[in-house]
Amino acid sequence: MENLINIGVRSVFIDNMIFAYFLGMCSFLAISKKVSTAFGLGIAVVFVLGITVPINWLIQNYILNAGALAWLGSDFANIDLNFLQFIVFISVIAAIVQLTEMAVEKFSPALYGTLGIFLPLIAVNCSVLGAALFMVGRPYNLAEATVFGFGSGVGWMLAIVALAGVREKMKYSNVPAPLRGLGITFILVGLMSLGFLSFLGFSL
Amino acid sequence: MSTEAVAVQEKKSEPLFSKKNRKLLSNPLDIDNPVTVQVLGVCSALAVTTQLKPALVMTLGLTIVTASSNLVISLMRNSIPSRIRIIVQLAVVSLWVILVDQLLKAYVYDISKQLSVFVGLIITNCIVMGRLEAFAMSNKPGPSLLDGLGNGLGYGLILMAIAFLRELLGSGALFGFKVFDAIGFKYQGNGLMLLPAGACIILGIIIWVQRSINGYRESH
Repeated sequence: MENLINIGVRSVFIDNMIFAYFLGMCSFLAISKKVSTAFGLGIAVVFVLGITVPINWLIQNYILNAGALAWLGSDFANIDLNFLQFIVFISVIAAIVQLTEMAVEKFSPALYGTLGIFLPLIAVNCSVLGAALFMVGRPYNLAEATVFGFGSGVGWMLAIVALAGVREKMKYSNVPAPLRGLGITFILVGLMSLGFLSFLGFSL
Repeated sequence: MSTEAVAVQEKKSEPLFSKKNRKLLSNPLDIDNPVTVQVLGVCSALAVTTQLKPALVMTLGLTIVTASSNLVISLMRNSIPSRIRIIVQLAVVSLWVILVDQLLKAYVYDISKQLSVFVGLIITNCIVMGRLEAFAMSNKPGPSLLDGLGNGLGYGLILMAIAFLRELLGSGALFGFKVFDAIGFKYQGNGLMLLPAGACIILGIIIWVQRSINGYRESH
């Protein structure tokens, strides 16, 4: 249990998807102009990550790994399907995103209206595929993988909501014209990332 | 700035192409740059740039994937039903990424280890998807190939600029060669440049410089 809490805290604060790995930057920068939209997209990412990481864990450990197909019989014990990893993972993610889109459309048309075209973009949000690939590289079990996926999502949401809050205030400041928009946003992200460094070495 | 120099070189080396096609190659290098103007592919641009060598390999990988997926999707564009186009595009892109990944593992294993998940993440690199959606789906194969090449190179240009500054200031080296030691100057590497924060700030400043020169402006 302690281990799970530790992984959760690590993935939210220390190994934050944005500030430590720069994953999911495109939508992070594009959709962080308003806090409400940022929050909606953040929730969607938490949901998608919390589901896709455990599903991909199951696929990796029962289908793709070398010898993972042994449960089908001894004939399959020597098969190594690792080279299919990318294409299988991305298909699972695309399918889950499609489901999320349908669920959001049904239960919250208002949110669907604001997120609109951004929802399908979660499929190409690097943080989702990135989390799946990080998960493979680390010796997690199913529970740990779930906590890791969920925590990464929460970390991403935290980052995008924080940036959106700062950018809403930025409207009132006088930024040099060539730096306006993207330039100053990058510098802001850099400074926020420095702030998150203070969590380094923090463990439970 | 180096941007213009590269653009001119590019034009000279492709004298057979029409003016419009040359634009496809040169625009992404400056006024239509995928990283600094279209804000695509930022994740990997920041993550693989602590040293020049992985940045160069990443540029090559991305250019190959963008150009060849653009070509394939453009050839298939009339037979893809629009409802499932995203998944078709992802399938084509991941095919090329798997090829690049296997090649890297076979020939430059240590760099492939260093790039870790970022080779796989070319699949979800927004530059590839963005160009497929915005260009390859509505243009002929030839121009699509050039557009893919141009965007890959534009991305590479920014990547090399960031990696150059980060490696030079962060560890006082270029391509692993200790520049400051060689000229007998004692340089203490600036650890901030190797951190994520340093990359963001450098990219912010590069955008500032580029926009001061080419006059591109953005309202808040």
